[in-house]
Amino acid sequence: MSAFQAVLLRDLRVAFRRWSELAHPLIFFVIVVTLFPLALSPTSSQLREVGVGVLWVATLLSSLLALDGLFRADADDGSLEQMLLSPAPMTITVLAKVTAHALVTLLPLICLVPVSAYTFNIPLAALPTLAVALLLAAPTLSVLVALGAALTVGLRRGGSIVGLLVLPLTAPLLIFGTRATDLSVNGEPTTAPLLFLGALAALAVSLGPLAIAAAVKVGIE
Amino acid sequence: MKLPRWFHQLGSPPYVYRLADRLCPWLGGLGVTLLIIGAYWGLVIAPPDYQQGDSARIIYIHPQTAYIGMMAYVVMAVAAAIGYVWRLKLAHAVAVSAAPIGAWFTFCALFTGSVWGRPTWGTYWQWGDPRIMFEALLLFLFLGYLALRGAFDDRDKADRVTAILAVVGVVNIPIVHFSVEWWNSIHQGPTIFRAGGPAMTNDMLVPFLIMVAAFTLTFYWLLLRRLQAEIIEREGDTRWIRELVAEGAP
Amino acid sequence: MTEFFLMNGHGAYVWSAYGITLVVLILNAWLARAKHRSALQRARELAAQAEVPRKQPTVKRLQ
Repeated sequence: MSAFQAVLLRDLRVAFRRWSELAHPLIFFVIVVTLFPLALSPTSSQLREVGVGVLWVATLLSSLLALDGLFRADADDGSLEQMLLSPAPMTITVLAKVTAHALVTLLPLICLVPVSAYTFNIPLAALPTLAVALLLAAPTLSVLVALGAALTVGLRRGGSIVGLLVLPLTAPLLIFGTRATDLSVNGEPTTAPLLFLGALAALAVSLGPLAIAAAVKVGIE
Repeated sequence: MKLPRWFHQLGSPPYVYRLADRLCPWLGGLGVTLLIIGAYWGLVIAPPDYQQGDSARIIYIHPQTAYIGMMAYVVMAVAAAIGYVWRLKLAHAVAVSAAPIGAWFTFCALFTGSVWGRPTWGTYWQWGDPRIMFEALLLFLFLGYLALRGAFDDRDKADRVTAILAVVGVVNIPIVHFSVEWWNSIHQGPTIFRAGGPAMTNDMLVPFLIMVAAFTLTFYWLLLRRLQAEIIEREGDTRWIRELVAEGAP
Repeated sequence: MTEFFLMNGHGAYVWSAYGITLVVLILNAWLARAKHRSALQRARELAAQAEVPRKQPTVKRLQ
């Protein structure tokens, strides 16, 4: 078993030990998505117009919720230091942790979004594109969230600042993701924004773990 | 490889401090002079645009502040990277000094751009326009850098963690520049840095470039003064600082 | 002269743009100077503190 698999399985096991916590981002998402129509009292066509944006923003915000589980818990009990000292390169360990986080936090969220899209009167035909766009955005989002967690792992009370750091960086995901969904709702070709999302994902996954590993190293010294 | 003497000297805080003292009067004097000349030229002498009228005079401050904001970020990122790799306190000091200046210039770019947009495109702001969005992202990057720095008690840790953030964010700089070429934007394409040379007539190009030089010099004056303050803070109670203070520094 | 300020109807835009930029420049110059001054002041205080001789405990001789 490679180091990647070992860390991945370990993180998954740890996450499922407290599986009730896995539900928090999902519940948060549902609440946020419910608050918007409550506040806006939109007509059904207005609902469709705002729906795409609301869904994407809610996804971004909800993905921030499980941040602490990425590094802080391991930093507190010393396992993060062990990971740094182990012969496996930290970038691989980081990649495994980010993958675990994506599987555990983002994947359920992505399953939830099409269901919510239905409540926003988004046509059924657009849902596959929405799902694909979310799947393409997920690696970048995971990397960015992990970067935020890593940059603040050395802080005692790092909570609120992470959103400030991570959310602006997710703006391109928001722009391309909503564009792809909007184009699909109007029945137009969506290759361009989806390609951009894919390119961002490739960039994030290849370079992100380097920055994240460096930040973790500095943070827990 | 034997490095030139000035390279080593640039790693010495007292040397850099005194160099800043010698450079600042020139940078400041020349910068202010060029600002006055350029502003007067742009507001009074230069002709109004045949399409945009007098609001085109903003061309003498908006691209310049945007350019300086981006340059400030690159200075910050490169300095932070140097400080991170070679563990140079002075490089980190440069990064810290550049950040607030860059943030202010980027704010100016967004403000002047917004004000210019109203008479030209009919709107103060255009959500989804790539250049505006990525320039706003630049401002958030500066603010995030400053916020993250302030959150750490340990200055060394703050230096190195924020260095990572700075380097990650530098990818935004080419995106801002090329955004008008890569996407449909209400922004016009590049006017100066393009194949075939600048697309501006001389009576506009000259004040334009004067203002570029003016803002650049002013930026470096601001950077050096902040750097001096940062150096003093970091050096604490050392002999050369005591001598400096005893000399009756201003 | 008035037409200079009005800029053919674009006065508000041009002057607010130039005005804010000027304000930001002056503010930055003031902030940079102020930071420099206060850093020097703190260095002065630190140096002064080091000058004050620490009180040596007096040794009482027992006779």
